[in-house]
Amino acid sequence: MPKMMGHNKMGVPEKSKRGIKGVMKEILTYFDKLKLPGAIALVIAAVGAFLTIVGPSQIRKITDLISSSLTTGIDLNAITEVGVWMLGIYGLSSLLMWLQHYIMATITLALSQKMRGDLSQKINKVPMSFYSKAYHGDILSRVTNDVSTLQQTLANSIPSMTSAIAQFIGCLVMMFVSEWRLAIASILVTMLGFLLMSQIMRHSQKYFISRQSNLGKLNAFIEEIYSNHHVIRLSRAVSKTEDSFEKLNKAVYTANWKSQFFSGVMQPLMNVIGNLGYVTVCILGAVLAIKGDITIGTIVAFIMYVRLFTSPLSTLAQGMTNLQSAAAAGDRVFDFLNEKEMDDESEKTAAIDKVKGDVVFDHIRFSYQDAPDKTVIKDFSAHVKPGQKVAIVGPTGAGKTTMVNLLMRFFDVNSGEIRIDGVNISQMKRESVHDLFSMVLQDTWLFEGTVRENLVFNQVGITDEILEKACRACGIFHFIETLPNGFDTVLGENITVSSGQKQLLTIARAMIQNHPMMILDEATSSVDTRTELIAQRAMDALSSCRTSFVIAHRLSTIKNADLILVMNEGNIIEQGTHESLLKQGGFYAQLYNSQFENTAG
Amino acid sequence: MFTLIRKMKKREWLMAIICALLVLAQIFFDLKLPDFMSDLTILIKTEGSRISDILMTGLKMLVCTLISATLAVACGFLASKTAAGLSLTIRSDIFKKVSEFGQEEMLQFSVPSLINRTTNDITQIQMFIAIGLQLLIKAPVMAVWAIIKIVNKSLNLSLITAAFVVAILSMMAVVIVVVVPRFRKVQKLTDNVNLVARENLTGLNVIHAFNAEDYQNSKFEEANSSLMKTQLFNQRTFAIMMPFVNFAMNALSLVILWVGASIVNSVPATDIAMRVSTFGDIVVFGTYASYVVMSLMMLVMIFMFLPAAQVSATRINQVLKTNSSLMEGDQTRSSEKGSVEFRNVSFHYPSSDKNVLEDISFSARRGETVAIIGATGSGKTTLVGLIARFYDVTSGEVLVDGVNVKDYSFDALYDRVGFITQKPVLFSASVKDNVLFGESNGKNTQDNAEQALDIAQASDFVDKMPNGINSPIAQGGANLSGGQKQRISIARAIAREPEILVFDDSFSALDYKTDALLRKELGQKLKHTTKIIVAQRIGTIRNADKIIVLDEGQSVGVGTHDELLASCEVYREIAMSQLSAEELEN
Repeated sequence: MPKMMGHNKMGVPEKSKRGIKGVMKEILTYFDKLKLPGAIALVIAAVGAFLTIVGPSQIRKITDLISSSLTTGIDLNAITEVGVWMLGIYGLSSLLMWLQHYIMATITLALSQKMRGDLSQKINKVPMSFYSKAYHGDILSRVTNDVSTLQQTLANSIPSMTSAIAQFIGCLVMMFVSEWRLAIASILVTMLGFLLMSQIMRHSQKYFISRQSNLGKLNAFIEEIYSNHHVIRLSRAVSKTEDSFEKLNKAVYTANWKSQFFSGVMQPLMNVIGNLGYVTVCILGAVLAIKGDITIGTIVAFIMYVRLFTSPLSTLAQGMTNLQSAAAAGDRVFDFLNEKEMDDESEKTAAIDKVKGDVVFDHIRFSYQDAPDKTVIKDFSAHVKPGQKVAIVGPTGAGKTTMVNLLMRFFDVNSGEIRIDGVNISQMKRESVHDLFSMVLQDTWLFEGTVRENLVFNQVGITDEILEKACRACGIFHFIETLPNGFDTVLGENITVSSGQKQLLTIARAMIQNHPMMILDEATSSVDTRTELIAQRAMDALSSCRTSFVIAHRLSTIKNADLILVMNEGNIIEQGTHESLLKQGGFYAQLYNSQFENTAG
Repeated sequence: MFTLIRKMKKREWLMAIICALLVLAQIFFDLKLPDFMSDLTILIKTEGSRISDILMTGLKMLVCTLISATLAVACGFLASKTAAGLSLTIRSDIFKKVSEFGQEEMLQFSVPSLINRTTNDITQIQMFIAIGLQLLIKAPVMAVWAIIKIVNKSLNLSLITAAFVVAILSMMAVVIVVVVPRFRKVQKLTDNVNLVARENLTGLNVIHAFNAEDYQNSKFEEANSSLMKTQLFNQRTFAIMMPFVNFAMNALSLVILWVGASIVNSVPATDIAMRVSTFGDIVVFGTYASYVVMSLMMLVMIFMFLPAAQVSATRINQVLKTNSSLMEGDQTRSSEKGSVEFRNVSFHYPSSDKNVLEDISFSARRGETVAIIGATGSGKTTLVGLIARFYDVTSGEVLVDGVNVKDYSFDALYDRVGFITQKPVLFSASVKDNVLFGESNGKNTQDNAEQALDIAQASDFVDKMPNGINSPIAQGGANLSGGQKQRISIARAIAREPEILVFDDSFSALDYKTDALLRKELGQKLKHTTKIIVAQRIGTIRNADKIIVLDEGQSVGVGTHDELLASCEVYREIAMSQLSAEELEN
């Protein structure tokens, strides 16, 4: 899965669905607490910016004080007065700036924590069908990358843009107030520069996009090659893959330097525009000064204004780019958060008190949401009596796992119903259905943690005796004993656990759970048959009066089932016991006998 | 970091040096501006200056600015080419290094981490070089240059500027010392958040089945809040930096004027010309002083990039410095054909001292079928992996065609041995390209691919695919069932036409019928190919010439099905667990 693809770390603007405004609105409704402190922080930012603008006018005062009194004596007291006053303003402005950063960091991080938590919870709330179209890597990227992009933009770009706007407006006003000719000249020069820059930016856009897509391709390639590293060597494909890699690498290089060039040139160009303004003010100012229209102080002040005036414009340009990528990130976060959840079931009250384990499948029909035309289960009916061990067999793609998923209500049937002890399971809460079954799945799922944590999982009141008993029964206790810290060994890099042992651990976990019925979906496919037999006996003992469902390829696993359901293409084509099916001489018998065919192998 | 920079090629060094020179030139022109400014001040203050003089000076300033702009663009061009070129080299070095790695190194680093090191980490370095190349040269040079320009103008003012510089630098130092270690921590904690969320995604069914949503959520919240706390500390600490530097900068220009006023005042009022030039100096001094501080701010920017780049550089170097534990031999010839022999082989994984295989000896001659059976965790996969050199033996020898596998060049070994892994591996390419993957003895023709698919019992479903043998396979074979994937990966090994085929439990997802047909074809069409088969099903292996029974890493029985039934307790138990007594008789 190309997990890094589609994510856009470098802040390339993408077209956002909600738009910047839409995302900001949604954030405010999503996280109410953001509003007040956020508004305060923005006001503080604006006030801080206005204070900075006062600076140049005071500097002008000092310069003029000195300059005008060059021939007489300088009034140091007056200068001191202005100086102290200004120092106070600068201090206050910095204090406000810090306060604003502090508030923004605090609230946006709170927002990001809430988002991450909600995204993670959402993972368990969307229906299973959602995952047929979603990549894991993509969802993970929303939880980590997109949330932090949003957080950083909110914390930095929004306040800096606010103060930039304040500074810009303030500067404009101050410039016109002090000298309108200089003001117009410097604005013209600056605008000219920005026109140039926006042209360059528009032109360079395609290089950023091509860099992201080339990086994505490279990433997908690397992922495939690294994951299958051993096969590459076995197939002597090392030099061939290196050639393909070099080609991709070269493409990334080209896109890389071009985009890097354009983004790197922005900053120096900004400086040049600033200098251009500086030069204009100097020349025009000098001419005006000689004519006696303005003072030196005005020129000095104006030079500072030009700097103060150009910097917010580049902040705004940069901020817009950041906001665009934040909007894209926000889209991705909210799209997932707004994803349709599983139906609310708090109304459902149906429950089974004393579970007998009578399961009826009544004309089940099912197709996946994303492919409604392809019926996976066509017309499945069966009656399983309490305590029966039911085996479901059939070729891959017959719909075996789907049936079990319907029984667990991971998916809901299109028509027909499943009744347990006479209760339609769609009338029950999903959790209540789950509580009826201990389930072991095809894919072993172990997480990073100790053996004990993996076995106990979310269950409470599990003593060491229970653990030991379950592990002995599954034939995995000996293995655990040989681990350096027994049950407290962390399953990770340094512990080699074979795929069969992993399956046994998950079986033990389900046994500990000890629910009234059992589902085993290819639970022992990697376990050797002897160990399987031990585990099976243990499970049989455990479930002697429990209904259990077993899916398996290996026919020895299912031979002693009370009822074998043979599935093909979404239907039951044969059912009965091992003996009766063999006698029938149909699909099952053919499947079974092929293992004895004499081959020269 | 420096180890990586040394990887630059001659051309890149040249570009970097030219870029550095251009930066110097650029600084020269930038710093000319205040000089002109000073000239202008004097022109204004001098009675009777002509407008044309002013315009002349202005023109000079304009030319300086434009030259500086041109230089900046040229420099940006060189810097980005250098940085991208370096990242091209490093990326290709890493990729080549990883292809040399053995299983041990792959496990040690883990695939996702290696992917990150090949992409994200290199991007970090590249960004740092591209920005650093300009700023790292520009900032100090500019600072020094500006300092030289002002230092002899006024001792007092210089001292004041120095004091501010020291204050800003120590402030930065404190923040960096406090925050940088926590940067690394944030990286780790983010990994952790990722880990927990990924676990949740991969275990969705189990979590639902166990109603463990709350358990998982609280686990996530733990990771989430410790990440948030560390980030909060970092960002709050960083919040102090910019306001502080800002204040220092503003205060400096203020103080310079302030002190400057008293300096001007100390010049006797009679010497007006002196007073004017002193005043001009002070105005210029202010500009230069702000250059000094600005350069320092640029340094701050670099220092904000540096920790991340340094972490990345370390991660990249770890890969580049790791030597594969697997040494390639150089032998290509052998005297025998199609033979495999284990001589007193013992093996334990590098991570533990416990032997996984102990004193295993057996041999297979050309055309023979040798099967390996045993309990879960008995060492079957490990054993056959030694033939393909996934790991090297701890003691003893593994011989292929009479030569120790360690002595072969990789090409020579993998021309002899075709290996089908437990988990089928497919690439996103056409069926044909998957079958004819890599170089081999086999012909690189469609005929060969079709024949291999035929033997592997894959022709049926491949023919039914929309474009037959040219149909695409999705990444990881997502559009195929488990059994189909296994058959294509078997075809891939067959198409290589090796002398020896190793099947590591590669029939497990096949139904009995396909399994039987496949073995029949193998027996008939590949009569002279030696086959080593790991399997769980007795049916798969009962006709083998030799069966080796493994139990906890030891060979507890060697013989044919019938011999072992009679003599080997473990084998009988395995057989009985699958077939009834009368079925075994048949």
